[in-house]
Amino acid sequence: MPIKTYRQAINEAMAQEMRLNDKVIIIGEDVAGGAGCDGERDAYGGVMGVTKGLFPEFGESRVIDTPITESAIMGAAAGAAQTGLRPVAELMFMDFLGVCFDQIYNQAAKFRYMFGGKVECPMVVRTMAGAGLRGGAQHSQNLTQMVTMVPGLKVVCPTNAYDAKGLLITAIRDNDCVIFVEDKFLYETSCEVPDEVYTIPFGEANFLREGSDVTIVGISNTVNKAVAVADRLAEEGISCDVIDPRTTSPLDEEAIIESVETTGRLVVVDEMTPRCGVAADISSIVAEKAFGALRAPIRKVTAAHSPIPFAPALEDAWMPQESDIEAAVREVLGYTR
Amino acid sequence: MSLNKEQFLQAYRTMRTIRDFEYRVSDEFGKGNIPGFLHLYAGQEAIATGMCMNLDDDDYIVSTHRGHGHCIAKGGDVGGMMKEIMAKQGGSCAGKGGSMHIAAVEKGMLGANAIVGGGPPLIVGAALSAKTLGTDRVGVSFTGDGGSNQGTTFEAMNLAVVLKLPAIFMFENNGYGEGTAAGYAVGSKDIASRAAGFGMPALKVDGADIFATYETCKKAVKHCRSGKGPIAIEASITRFRGHFEGDAQAYRGKNEVKRLMKELDCLKIAADNAIKKKLVTKAALTKIDKEIAVFINEAAEAALAAPGPDVSELLTDVYSSAY
Repeated sequence: MPIKTYRQAINEAMAQEMRLNDKVIIIGEDVAGGAGCDGERDAYGGVMGVTKGLFPEFGESRVIDTPITESAIMGAAAGAAQTGLRPVAELMFMDFLGVCFDQIYNQAAKFRYMFGGKVECPMVVRTMAGAGLRGGAQHSQNLTQMVTMVPGLKVVCPTNAYDAKGLLITAIRDNDCVIFVEDKFLYETSCEVPDEVYTIPFGEANFLREGSDVTIVGISNTVNKAVAVADRLAEEGISCDVIDPRTTSPLDEEAIIESVETTGRLVVVDEMTPRCGVAADISSIVAEKAFGALRAPIRKVTAAHSPIPFAPALEDAWMPQESDIEAAVREVLGYTR
Repeated sequence: MSLNKEQFLQAYRTMRTIRDFEYRVSDEFGKGNIPGFLHLYAGQEAIATGMCMNLDDDDYIVSTHRGHGHCIAKGGDVGGMMKEIMAKQGGSCAGKGGSMHIAAVEKGMLGANAIVGGGPPLIVGAALSAKTLGTDRVGVSFTGDGGSNQGTTFEAMNLAVVLKLPAIFMFENNGYGEGTAAGYAVGSKDIASRAAGFGMPALKVDGADIFATYETCKKAVKHCRSGKGPIAIEASITRFRGHFEGDAQAYRGKNEVKRLMKELDCLKIAADNAIKKKLVTKAALTKIDKEIAVFINEAAEAALAAPGPDVSELLTDVYSSAY
């Protein structure tokens, strides 16, 4: 099976769906790049090159470069989705959610409900999250919690190239507004990805490792860190279930609860600030629904409650690291009443 | 005179329907039969009517929190609207929208919007659909003078110009954004010239004159349909009611509302002009008045008699598929 990067897998999902359905369009800032310039078109293909090559194949009516205008991009995508298109809108950095959130959470997410089920809003917002690239406080955040809490939205956090392709195709075919959170640390990672079109259903968690001592749930790239920790601990005879929920909305609660009922111990990892985050949410679900199975307090491993600092040493201290996950696993294992 | 006899009667009927609808819901609100907030369109009827008469069912509009008039003018089901606003079964949004989210999607009315300035980016999307799918549809966003100051509106106008989309930005300047005068809040000379600054033609019209609004909207729709890109209209008008029902309107001048209702009643102006020009007879209009009075009363009585929504529907329609 061919090996492809996360970037290639996402690009391939869009290209294949655009070939299959001429209602699928791409809209965003520099999704091609070079509009109105003297140099080349498709100069960027997205700031991370994820949409590269779509413009030459599909042309300017389906790969639409916009001004820097996030509210209008999201609103246009929502209005277009309500009237026959299936837009894949790019929100370059998830941090920019702040300038366009109304069009997502008050508009796109609510059309169907507010109008009595008479409309659909089949749009995807592709966005990029994740710290560690020294992007500072406004180009590094993972704000998955802010979209997960909105009824009407579905939220996808692919953690490898295979999942990214299958989940994006599912997202494009879905008739609701889907937020597709790409972890910018993963674009260069690769794995086996079929050339064929395939889908991965939402709300079905992926067990990356199976074990009986501790359940580790990780969101976005933190789950890959959890796998590395689990593999190291396995050498000591500690076995961990490592669960990638794949989608935070819908969330596969059942898979997490089932695992905790076996292990009795839960570590939840995300790269968000600790209050009201996804880790906090999963912790509360398990506390409510599987309290009797718990043999130790739930341990959250999250980022710190501060804006994301720029200096590498500070940012590294801000982010959850493998060592933090390992310490948490040891802590829940060592807990005695 | 632009409207012929038949068109005028249609326009008058629509305006009268909106006016009677608004006054009836105001009464029912006063009696406690309507929950929530109401923002009424009374006084502004000629604008929605003049625009929507130039649109087909498959053209798109988005509206504001003051959206009943736009919904009726676009062909929305008045009985369903009445039930929706009274929170009854059979409401056009199944009891999940209410006054501020009234919609008639089947007629291209994509929804009233309780976020001021929320609609313009959405109509850019509807216009993008029309252009991308190669239909000759147009999209119209109705926005107030208040919404004209929102950044979303600026972004929408710019993007529509950049992508050369068939979008019409209709600004209804009723003189007030809530309780603050447009003269204070709109920093530019007027709304039309600011819209023109985005690179599109912008027209101005007396929004109390159905003949003029019809004619101006006709030009704008023709401009869009012929692929020339977006266009804006500023229609001056007044608000007969407060920002919301129950608004004491202490910010308005002494006798201001009374005077404006006398001087700027678009229905009265329409009737006087049409009769003076012998386009129609007073008797023909009186007949329409009576018909509409019955029609609105029936819609209101049916809504009053209808049962409330089934609480088991709370969680339906959050998503389009199983969640």
